[in-house]
Amino acid sequence: MTRSGAEGRTLRAVVLTVLIVAVLGPIAAGLWQSLRAGLGVLPAIGAETLSLDPWRALVDLPGFGTSLRLTLWTGFAATGLALLLAVGVCAAVHDRMDRRASGRLLAPFLAAPHAAMAIGLAFLLAPSGWIARALAPVMGWDRPPMLETVNDPWGLALIVGLVAKELPFLLLVILSALSQIPVRAQMAAGRALGYGRGIVWIKVIMPQVWPLIRLPVMVVLAFSLSVVDVALILGPSNPPTLAVRLLRLFSDPDIFQLLPASAGAILQALLALAGFAVLWLCDRAGRVIGLWWVRRGGRGLSAEPGLWLATGLATALMILGALAMVSLLVWSVAWRWPWPGLLPDSWSLRPWTGAGQGVTRALMNTVTLALSTTALSLTLAIAWLEGEDRGHFPRAKWAERLIYLPLLVPQIAFLYGLNVLVLRLGAAPGLVPVVWAQALFVFPYVMIALSDPWRALDPGLPRAAAALGAGPWRRLWRVKLPVLLTPILTASAIGVAVSVAQYLPTLFLGGGRVATLTTEAVTLSSGSDRRITGVYASLQAGLPFAAYLAAFLIPALRFRNRRALSGAAA
Amino acid sequence: MSLNLHDLSVRFGAGPLFPPVTLNAAPGTITTVMGPSGVGKSTLLDAIGGHLARGATVVGRVELNGRDVTRLPAEARCIGLMFQDAGLFPHLSVGDNLAFGLPHALKGRAARRQAVADALAQAGLSGMDGRDPATLSGGQRARAALMRTLLAEPQALLLDEPFSKLDTGLRGEIRAFTFAHIAKRGIPALMVSHDPADAEAAGGPLLTLSQEQT
Repeated sequence: MTRSGAEGRTLRAVVLTVLIVAVLGPIAAGLWQSLRAGLGVLPAIGAETLSLDPWRALVDLPGFGTSLRLTLWTGFAATGLALLLAVGVCAAVHDRMDRRASGRLLAPFLAAPHAAMAIGLAFLLAPSGWIARALAPVMGWDRPPMLETVNDPWGLALIVGLVAKELPFLLLVILSALSQIPVRAQMAAGRALGYGRGIVWIKVIMPQVWPLIRLPVMVVLAFSLSVVDVALILGPSNPPTLAVRLLRLFSDPDIFQLLPASAGAILQALLALAGFAVLWLCDRAGRVIGLWWVRRGGRGLSAEPGLWLATGLATALMILGALAMVSLLVWSVAWRWPWPGLLPDSWSLRPWTGAGQGVTRALMNTVTLALSTTALSLTLAIAWLEGEDRGHFPRAKWAERLIYLPLLVPQIAFLYGLNVLVLRLGAAPGLVPVVWAQALFVFPYVMIALSDPWRALDPGLPRAAAALGAGPWRRLWRVKLPVLLTPILTASAIGVAVSVAQYLPTLFLGGGRVATLTTEAVTLSSGSDRRITGVYASLQAGLPFAAYLAAFLIPALRFRNRRALSGAAA
Repeated sequence: MSLNLHDLSVRFGAGPLFPPVTLNAAPGTITTVMGPSGVGKSTLLDAIGGHLARGATVVGRVELNGRDVTRLPAEARCIGLMFQDAGLFPHLSVGDNLAFGLPHALKGRAARRQAVADALAQAGLSGMDGRDPATLSGGQRARAALMRTLLAEPQALLLDEPFSKLDTGLRGEIRAFTFAHIAKRGIPALMVSHDPADAEAAGGPLLTLSQEQT
């Protein structure tokens, strides 16, 4: 065995150990803690009798049934709608979409943190928001209408907020799956047999895309069923969704509420599992029905209107999302803004200057967390991929599945349990546990973003370097990393965006003492001062934007005289 | 049945790719299209079948059995297509690939299954109904793809280098199989090929495309 092969095995063993000890172990331990506390055993608060009382207390909460129904309705509706729209859009416009251009179009939407997007949407949709103001002259409203357009009891605003954020993600995932399928040739083959474009899409292309996007769809579903920050801002308030109720129970002054809260955490995990089961059943049923439908040979020449409807709706949602981000900025510099003006009467920077120390500290914390979690995740990802190269391992499918695990388990199901564990180990809540908790969710995205470009690297380059006498480290530093600069920066930007967006890990593992732009913005969003909220949310959205911009500009400048590298590898 | 091209050409932005083509393809004949790489032979087939990429414009007219199909979508033209990768759908079994080609008008589960079984038997693929297309040999794939195309009852056939990926030994056999079916159906066919042996075996007219002079 060559030296680099042995090194590769060592490197990979180290990465795997880190992954198991620092990622999978904690998730399992956190779930175990929640399970025990849900059954009445939490020695830290003196609860030591095994019983089903916490579950009874949970179910007996007033309006528990409504909360559960809301959770299921909003979670499934948002995921289903986002998937339907994404598929429709891809079917309608895939052949006129340049992948790089569409990637650039989607980047700002992907970068925007959930909370910032939700706050912006609340500004936009509220009875005194931009949409109502624009409609006021037409409808003859001389004051904001008495409509529950945000925090509505049906969770519609919550669904809009979730879809606005998930649609771009699913579009990106589907576009990248499509690049692995000979769509043009299969479209021609299907149409030559007399099938309309929409039907070829459903009968031929989608069945091949589905296995490639199943995991991301599961991530979206698990997220939608357990989201906390977006539900706090846009969701129904009385009663709210299950996850929001759990957050309240976890932060209740009465520490014995931790027991039913933990039972609820396990319920959230079970809901996610049930969601996956439903997805699996739909998959099975779809296969049987699809085959029956294919065998009947229906040509269906008229699926186009549906596709255009999906494209129209998706475009409207994207515009809504873009306006939401703009409204954050406008509110942050608004001074006097009477109804029904479309723009403020007077502007002021006072919300920015007046926010003072609080915002500076939150910004510093957020930047520190983003940089350290991203650096940590990037190092781990590069070590993994380089270990694979040096050991000449094939890509390990099982390991790739494992990476998804932190994204599939609802955060609220294990994070509090994890917190209890950390406290028991004697660590003080603060930045370090938060870095680690955030990295649980940053690493998967960084790894997913980096692995395809890394494996697509022309193997001739490192071979040529080796033939010139360069050792494995020199090949890594002088050839691979520079050539892969663009994807590495893109993965970093994604890492920053994911870190900045984290709410629960910061809240729980920071013991409420680590204030970031996200935790502050979410807290402020329930208050009434839109100006200050606008400042925090603008900054929160601004950081990932800056990271994406840097990921775009640095390679463009660095490689301005290198045509093969100036963005083509992105 | 005949396929007529009147001054047909394709433009990508500036000028036409090749000089306008006028052709009368008679029923049961196979016209071979030859010419240097990049002259637009496949593009000509795409224009006839309705598969042009966005941004390309068709100049001239395509008529099938006296019907102007130039502006029709691909699926409404009744023009079959065969290409070198066979184009079997990887997510469907061999039998379901063939069922995909069967017209909707043929009703009834049993009747449709029988039609697929008959087609498979004709192609020497009896009993391969449930097979994964990826497990077929190159020759079997080509025969299955031809059967799928013919089941859709096309009124003309386009062949884009259909045999170029087959071994020389197999090529003659698949060629004979394909041409025999075209003759039996009595439909006009247009074949793009680099292999003079293909043209010779086709025995039909020869259409040579050359670069547009600028």
